[in-house]
Amino acid sequence: MKRWVTLVFILSAILLVSACKKKVAPPPPPPPPAPSAPTASLSANPNTVDKGQATTLTWQTTNATDVSIDGIGPVETSGSRSVTPTDSTTYRLTAKGTGGTQDATARVTVNAPPPPPPAPAPSLSDQQLFAQNVKDIYFDYDKGDIRPDQQASLQGDAQFLQQHPNIHITIEGHCDERGSTEYNLALGTNRADAVKNALIQSGVGGDRIKTISYGKEKPFCTESNESCWQQNRRGHFVYEQ
Amino acid sequence: MNNLPHHKRGRMVTLSALLFLLAVTASAQDWIRTGTGLGVEKVRLAAADFKPATQDPKNTDLLKTFNDTLFNDLDNAGIFDLVSKSFYPLQVPGQPSELNASEWNASPAPNASMLAFGNLGVAADKVTVQGWLYDVKSATTSPQVLGKQYSDNATSDAVRVIAHRFADEIIFRLGGGIPGIAESKIYFVSDRSGHKEIWAMDYDGANQHAITHLGTISLSPRVSPDGSRLAFSSVLKNGWEIMMYSFDLNRMVSFTRFGGMNLSPSWSPDGVKLALSSSRNGYPNIFAIDASGGNSRRLTSGQGPDVSPTWNRKTGAQIAFVSGRTGLPQIYTMEADGTNVQRLTDQGYAVSPNWAPNGQFLTFSWMRKYGPGEPGSNDLYLMDIASKQWVQLTHDAGRNDSPCWSPDGRHIVFQSHRTGTDQIFSMLADGTNVKQLTFSGNNSQPNWSWK
Repeated sequence: MKRWVTLVFILSAILLVSACKKKVAPPPPPPPPAPSAPTASLSANPNTVDKGQATTLTWQTTNATDVSIDGIGPVETSGSRSVTPTDSTTYRLTAKGTGGTQDATARVTVNAPPPPPPAPAPSLSDQQLFAQNVKDIYFDYDKGDIRPDQQASLQGDAQFLQQHPNIHITIEGHCDERGSTEYNLALGTNRADAVKNALIQSGVGGDRIKTISYGKEKPFCTESNESCWQQNRRGHFVYEQ
Repeated sequence: MNNLPHHKRGRMVTLSALLFLLAVTASAQDWIRTGTGLGVEKVRLAAADFKPATQDPKNTDLLKTFNDTLFNDLDNAGIFDLVSKSFYPLQVPGQPSELNASEWNASPAPNASMLAFGNLGVAADKVTVQGWLYDVKSATTSPQVLGKQYSDNATSDAVRVIAHRFADEIIFRLGGGIPGIAESKIYFVSDRSGHKEIWAMDYDGANQHAITHLGTISLSPRVSPDGSRLAFSSVLKNGWEIMMYSFDLNRMVSFTRFGGMNLSPSWSPDGVKLALSSSRNGYPNIFAIDASGGNSRRLTSGQGPDVSPTWNRKTGAQIAFVSGRTGLPQIYTMEADGTNVQRLTDQGYAVSPNWAPNGQFLTFSWMRKYGPGEPGSNDLYLMDIASKQWVQLTHDAGRNDSPCWSPDGRHIVFQSHRTGTDQIFSMLADGTNVKQLTFSGNNSQPNWSWK
């Protein structure tokens, strides 16, 4: 029952709307006189600019009553205007008259700015280079002096740091799990300082190097065997901004 | 234990010294028993469960807390032959009028010489405890040795403190006038919150709570002799610095930052100075500073590393410390001004010295047999400083480290890895009566309060 009512209402509404439209429809226009077709021209001077610079659009039309330029909007039938496009742009002028429609276009090329000079410290790549090139220095059990087989790593580290004078580092002294917490912290201090002193002797500025000992507080490896212990006995390089 | 030769096991050193005398040869030092008052008959003490004095329903729980704490304190004291409760008469006295001494001194059991007894009652949320100590052996006309009354809020914490106080009265009276340790505290490092923070607990492991919430790594807690301050070290942005906590203010207080690595503070017994390890001049060396943070003096030199100083707790005139100056770390002593450096240990890997309250002994952790083919183990040792004689206190029980004396010189608290994690244990200073105090997380570097 309710559905019926709704349907009847909708149908009535449609009929009513149709009747209204019919009522207001204009009478057919009288046949127009033969009009002249519009003409249009558009130019940009200069037609090539650097980003941020302005250029002047100049246009002329005839037989047009309605002239507009895309992106600018309605304009007078002839004129000029200064524009500053951010990117290369083709301006399109549309001239409408009783005799028809005529388009004209002008292309303005915007040169991209020169690439910015490389950032003073491209930190990401420095950090990546650091990670790829700098090697930690490993120590013997209970020893704080740099053993001969670590000299190559150390010289490589020193060379890298000399080639990258903006990089600051922290050297962390680490120890294996054996022995007391306090003694290992002191031993780790000597390890970090041994690496720092060797770098200074190789010409790296001491003011770029901080040291800290973590003793056995932050092990790299937590198993109780010699290969793991060796991993933990080291001077570890940390990149600082 | 079974892999040790039988002839070395259980050899008795019978000494009548108040604490220890280590007149034994260095060639046969495994499993020698030394200890408090060996050869002196211990007082045979009975401690009856206290009885309820009122009808309050809170009595039951508080009595259990009180009785357990008191019995445990007396058992821990190490100076009593504590009579097992299974020998006690069915009816125990709650006050002197109910005492029948003949039931307690009957031979062979309970055969007590002394009896502690009393009552506890809650009324209006207050608890009152009456405790007595009676001589039940000698037929004396005035058998009362002690009579005490305590009142406090009816909480288990308050009751535990009352039990500790009464235990300490008994221990003081029967233990040669040396104050008991039942009210002492132990400070330690625990990672149970996710970071290594400084924690505190009662001497028996009760009441464990965090002191610091710094969120970094904090180590080496050392409480001041008067118990008002706690020095420790934490890793900050630029390295390890000495930190100071005030128990008067219940917060961190500022302390001088020295730069470099600053580690392992140790209070002089007068509380005026701190010794510590500092690398502010380059290598880790022992420094002394005023407890205010000023007036820093370097006591050792060279590459070290020198660390873990401990003052002679009796005289304050010497400092023992660890140094790796000759290779593996060894224990050294020096005068408090840095002169007269003497090496005490002659081999292995020796760390974490702690000076006994009597000034005569050091306890430390030693991997004595360290070397190829001799993996050894970190065990705790006790050394007589004058003679350099030593005895081994722990055996075949994982890595043991960070020993620290109790204020009465009868106990040592230490960390051990014997359960697979680092936990804190206490024992009598002869290595017996080992008790585990912590169970949660990893716990290390215990430091016993000075009183």
